[in-house]
Amino acid sequence: MMKRYLPHPLLSLALLVVWVLLANEVSAGAVVFGAILAVIIPLITASFWPARPKIRNAYAICEYGLVVLWDILVANVVVAGLILFRKTESLETKCVVVPLELTSPEAITTLAGTITMTPGTVTIDLSADAKSLLVHCLHAPDAQGVIDEIKDRYERRLKEIFE
Amino acid sequence: MPFIVELIISLLIVIGGLFLLVGSFGMLKLRDLLPRLHAPTKASTVGVGGVLIASMLYFWVERGHFTIHELLITLFIFLTAPITANLIAKAYMLLNVDPHSDLPPSKQNEGWATFDPVGPEGYDPSEEYQEKEN
Repeated sequence: MMKRYLPHPLLSLALLVVWVLLANEVSAGAVVFGAILAVIIPLITASFWPARPKIRNAYAICEYGLVVLWDILVANVVVAGLILFRKTESLETKCVVVPLELTSPEAITTLAGTITMTPGTVTIDLSADAKSLLVHCLHAPDAQGVIDEIKDRYERRLKEIFE
Repeated sequence: MPFIVELIISLLIVIGGLFLLVGSFGMLKLRDLLPRLHAPTKASTVGVGGVLIASMLYFWVERGHFTIHELLITLFIFLTAPITANLIAKAYMLLNVDPHSDLPPSKQNEGWATFDPVGPEGYDPSEEYQEKEN
């Protein structure tokens, strides 16, 4: 019963919260309409989310968010420096392959998104069996270093959150 | 408005504007599409983030009402920007990249999904989903 009408309780809760925040007031109207959306949208999109991802360890999520925010700040300055002060030809642009240990689709999507949002690296493809990510680096003299950093900083933490 | 808050807001706007400018300059300076993709991902993080936090602070201190809309905008950008970048990269690769000579091998049994979307022989991902549903 519960599973049939609320296939993704966390998604429903997130939709309700986002709707109330969009309305910018906690009024009965906003909550009721938010609740209606929170039931309808997961039902319509349920076929895109066949599995229900298990999320544990709320502390790890906060830590992950802070690490990512800090990395975004640092990498922004580094990449701005590269763009302003380096000749385009001297940039060592290359693609690196990051082998994945994560298996859940949600975790891989989060990792790929994180890699794209940290400046200097963009995820451009996934292998057909979802075991490698193809990451494009703006300036990577040390390809192995980039791979190790991604695996150690992000993948290890995502593994704690999702698996 | 206290001077210190005014200073913080101005600093955030200037820093955000600088990063947006550098991002746009990067689009101009880098010549290939894949390096160019790096510029907007930068502009949409610290650049937009700085301006949005400044806006939130200003309306909170000056007008006295606290809005959370700016944080939501940041959230939506974080959700959509990587997907847009990935789609642009995929379209570019299909048109201009030869998977055998230009890309490193995936080191797995299967190639890169953009060029080799079918998994192992007879494998249909949609079947797996149907099984999980039942």
